[in-house]
Amino acid sequence: MRRVYFDHSATTPVRPEVAEVMQNYLTANFGNPTSLHYFGRQVRKALEEAREKVAAAIGAKPEEIVFTSGGTESDNMAIHGVAMINKNRGNHIITSAVEHHAVINTVKALGKQGFTVTILPVDKYGLVSVEDLANAITDKTILISIMHANNEVGTIQPIEELAAVAREKGIPFHTDAVQSMGKIPVNVDKLGVDLLTISGHKIYGPKGVGALYIRKGTRWRQSLFHGGAQERLRRAGTENVPGIIGLGKACELAVQDLEKESAYLTTLRDKLIKEVMDRISNVRVTGHPTRRLPNHASFCFEFIEGESMLLSLDMKGIAASSGSACTSGSLEPSHVLLAMGIPHELAHGSIRITLGRDNTEADIDYFMEIMPPIVERLRAMSPLDQENEFAMESSCAACKVSTSCHR
Amino acid sequence: MYTDKVMDHFENPRNVGEIADADGVGQVGNPTCGDIMKIYLKIDNDVITDIKFKTFGCGAAIATSSMVTEMAKGKTIEEALKLSNKAVAEALGGLPPKKMHCSNLAADALHAAIENYRDKQK
Repeated sequence: MRRVYFDHSATTPVRPEVAEVMQNYLTANFGNPTSLHYFGRQVRKALEEAREKVAAAIGAKPEEIVFTSGGTESDNMAIHGVAMINKNRGNHIITSAVEHHAVINTVKALGKQGFTVTILPVDKYGLVSVEDLANAITDKTILISIMHANNEVGTIQPIEELAAVAREKGIPFHTDAVQSMGKIPVNVDKLGVDLLTISGHKIYGPKGVGALYIRKGTRWRQSLFHGGAQERLRRAGTENVPGIIGLGKACELAVQDLEKESAYLTTLRDKLIKEVMDRISNVRVTGHPTRRLPNHASFCFEFIEGESMLLSLDMKGIAASSGSACTSGSLEPSHVLLAMGIPHELAHGSIRITLGRDNTEADIDYFMEIMPPIVERLRAMSPLDQENEFAMESSCAACKVSTSCHR
Repeated sequence: MYTDKVMDHFENPRNVGEIADADGVGQVGNPTCGDIMKIYLKIDNDVITDIKFKTFGCGAAIATSSMVTEMAKGKTIEEALKLSNKAVAEALGGLPPKKMHCSNLAADALHAAIENYRDKQK
């Protein structure tokens, strides 16, 4: 069966050039970079070269880069590190309603430890308002964390403007750039951020490695791991050397190929969106019409449910994802779609297509051959239609999303 | 995640559709929580002679709807009332734990359709 991978926001394949440079550090160059002997020194040198590559990719200095186990750890480290060192100055943290769980749940955890949290709303496109941020800041605000681009709908936030508001007030600003890195330019000075998260496996690097940028002079304290003195006392634990070498190479390639790949993916994405909208009725594109990642197309299909679409696509060899409740392990559909004002019933019918460098126009053509009959089949099976669109009055206590239910 | 039987019923659902002159119609769920199941019955001498369903929901919701229609067809309404959501899930070789809670409503829809039939008889 033909297999098409359309889930690059979940993870990407490791590029052959990346795998090749990693290989040597799994076998021949196996030393511990902390060791003083030859074996250690060789690896230390390569590790620092990788740090230089990561730093160069985002316009930072090498000493401002801390290697981590990935985006989640970087987000946790950024938020905890700033919150803990500043807790005597204030206890207020601001974030947005569309953040990744690595940020939302970290901030909520701090909320149970005496911090107060403001979660900024977004508009129908998923954008945070600069005015809302300015109004939310108090004299107790010690951290603002707003993502660069959203993983579910692809909306790109106006980080330069948001961070400028924070800078004016002297408040550290963190952005999760896991999805934007490698797709659009990411430069810490241009964005004006103090902390920034990146992850290896979203940019054709390995899983289990990432980095946190911490601008020199930012008040931050290691507060998650206790152990050795690695990463200048900022992240204890022997470095994931092959992963870090791979991350360095992946960053280098991402920047080198960004312009060409971005243009290519934009063309594919626009073709996909146009054909879906032209050939399938009752579909909405979610996310911002122009401020969106070049590889990202997300939709809500009326009257049908996301997991059913995903299973049907998978049976035809197409891998996508959904913000439907049934794929998330919770009974609530995507918090991002709900924050954008999309009703529960429509959010259940979401599909996310995220393109990658190996996708082709033929992949889009195959999707358009497969998807319309799937939608037609599931709609024929659905009790909902335009005349009976979500007309039921009852609601579901078991799901805890409304008032009363059948269960 | 899903058993082969669940996938079979998802891919080839039995008894999909509506019965225009149904003797009983039952609907459970709501779009807010992501599952709606609607079951139509034809009943002759207290025996379910035909049954159809329409479902808005995930793979498990469609598979359980399909399975309950197979299990109920040919049964008396007393026998059909004894069918439980658990029995439907077991007939599918089991469902993932979270699906037991959110998608296994098929027997409830069947019972609602029987209740509707009985109400019409009064």
